[in-house]
Amino acid sequence: MTTTVAPRPTAAPATEAKVRRRWTQHGLLFVAPFLVIYVAFLVWPTLLGFRMSLSSVNIAGTNDHLVGFANYAEAFGDPRMWRSLWNTLVFTVLSTVPLVLLGLAFALLVHHLRFMQWLWRLSFFGPFLLPSAVVAILWLQMIYPPGYGLLNGTLGTDVLWLGDPSVAMWSMVLTTVWWTVGFNFLLYLAALQSIPQHLYEAAAIDGASSWSKLRSITLPLLRRTTALIVVLQLVASLKVFDQIYLMTSGGPQDATRPIIEYAYDVGFTGYRIGYASAISYILFVLIVIVSLVQLRLFRKRAEGLS
Amino acid sequence: MTKRFSLGQLVMLVVALVLAAIWLAPIAWAVATSLKPESETTVIPLQWFGSEITFDSYALVLETGGIVKWAINSTVTAVIVTFLTVLFSAMAAYGFARTRFRGQRALLALILAGIMVPPHVLIAPLFAEMVALGLVDTWWAIILPQVAAPLIVYILFKFFQDVPPELEQAAFVDGAGRWRVFFTIVLPLSRPVLAAVSIFTFITTWNNFLWPFLVSTDPNTMTLPVGLANVVQGTFGLRYAQIMASVVLAGLPLLVVFVMFQRQIIRGVAHTGLAGQ
Repeated sequence: MTTTVAPRPTAAPATEAKVRRRWTQHGLLFVAPFLVIYVAFLVWPTLLGFRMSLSSVNIAGTNDHLVGFANYAEAFGDPRMWRSLWNTLVFTVLSTVPLVLLGLAFALLVHHLRFMQWLWRLSFFGPFLLPSAVVAILWLQMIYPPGYGLLNGTLGTDVLWLGDPSVAMWSMVLTTVWWTVGFNFLLYLAALQSIPQHLYEAAAIDGASSWSKLRSITLPLLRRTTALIVVLQLVASLKVFDQIYLMTSGGPQDATRPIIEYAYDVGFTGYRIGYASAISYILFVLIVIVSLVQLRLFRKRAEGLS
Repeated sequence: MTKRFSLGQLVMLVVALVLAAIWLAPIAWAVATSLKPESETTVIPLQWFGSEITFDSYALVLETGGIVKWAINSTVTAVIVTFLTVLFSAMAAYGFARTRFRGQRALLALILAGIMVPPHVLIAPLFAEMVALGLVDTWWAIILPQVAAPLIVYILFKFFQDVPPELEQAAFVDGAGRWRVFFTIVLPLSRPVLAAVSIFTFITTWNNFLWPFLVSTDPNTMTLPVGLANVVQGTFGLRYAQIMASVVLAGLPLLVVFVMFQRQIIRGVAHTGLAGQ
């Protein structure tokens, strides 16, 4: 397959061979720098992680014996693994629904308000630009505390937002929605702006109401974008770690600990890197399944309307 | 669209103002707290303003030094990651889109498959690798894994595929080589898409937490989020005005940049988020 693609015949015949040679030169050299880093820091760790998940290796790199699938067997019998996996799934469902719906609602709102765009964009997207540590410290120290915390203080309540095991996961969702809804908002806004205006003009001539324009033009045209956003959001939520680790460390009573944090605890606090790898790879399989759906969507997008 | 200001628009405006106020309130609360005297930060019932507006907390936080050093570390690592990612990804993407070489299909498939690999599940093996390479507590440990970003290659690959090749062919006829064409014609023409992926890469790197947190134990190499999480809460425990001053200082840079370059940043994030579609 070295020279199967000929350049389009713009060159004179005399120089065509030379041009064709230049056209195909140096391909591997272009790819090489990225490839070296990619293989070293993504492909290799992926393979190494699987190898480690089959071993009893500790964080010092010693006691490295292959134990077959013993780590996986242990994980499937480990109630704390199941609890953290369950927490992750609960967080994913509870966060994805409002993150997608609010993202869409905010985008529709801002798209129809034709003024003060900078204010809406700063308000809704601004928090997304804050590092997770900033968000976590702010909410932990000044929003959620009883008494002087902004939430209880404003609402006049005395909820233990982070201390009550039945509330803490909802608090994680609340903080996450505030922090990251701006990303979905922007994606929806971009999609709305790419809908051709003449569709609405035609509908207006037919006397369509705003509501029927929304239902029969806007929402159907956003279907692909929505599918994409849902999948991106599912993957992002499955990987949740930062804000939960920094606000509750997984507590109270394991009520919020996500699976990434359990892998971190087992490997970096408990020094069992082999077992931590097995736990990570259980999540890995879940994410790959969701991502395969994502790749299919990308391909469909590429083939269909863009 | 009519210019008339309808009742519906008025309702939407009110709803938007309320939502914007709610969304800005936590940030405003952080700023308000940071400007209060330390003794007035936990007054009940809540007060947005203390008896005076003071910048003492900022002075104290800046004096202890950590936050400035971490901001520099974050800026330097994020700039290096962004530069290397965009340069190497653009080269690779161009190589795949334009040239032909043995094993090309298999390599492209290998890179596309990597889009599905979340770096979060690789912390254990990556850490073992960094220990073996002796890179823990260096900037390279923070930088290198973040440069291996297959999504950026994919986005640029799709972009280069759609660029008509006539201009490049004309340059070839004039005797230019592949490399000269790439650096003097292709890259300058691709400025918008390169800006988009650069912005996206910079933001994600600047805010990345888990990986830098794992590989930096030395406060001298920590990035801003890691330093904040590791040190600030311990150092300023219960001194809320100083904690909030740190939070505001750490959050401010990107917000200011956003206000200045709103249009470009929105395009960059939306474009890359939708994977170049």
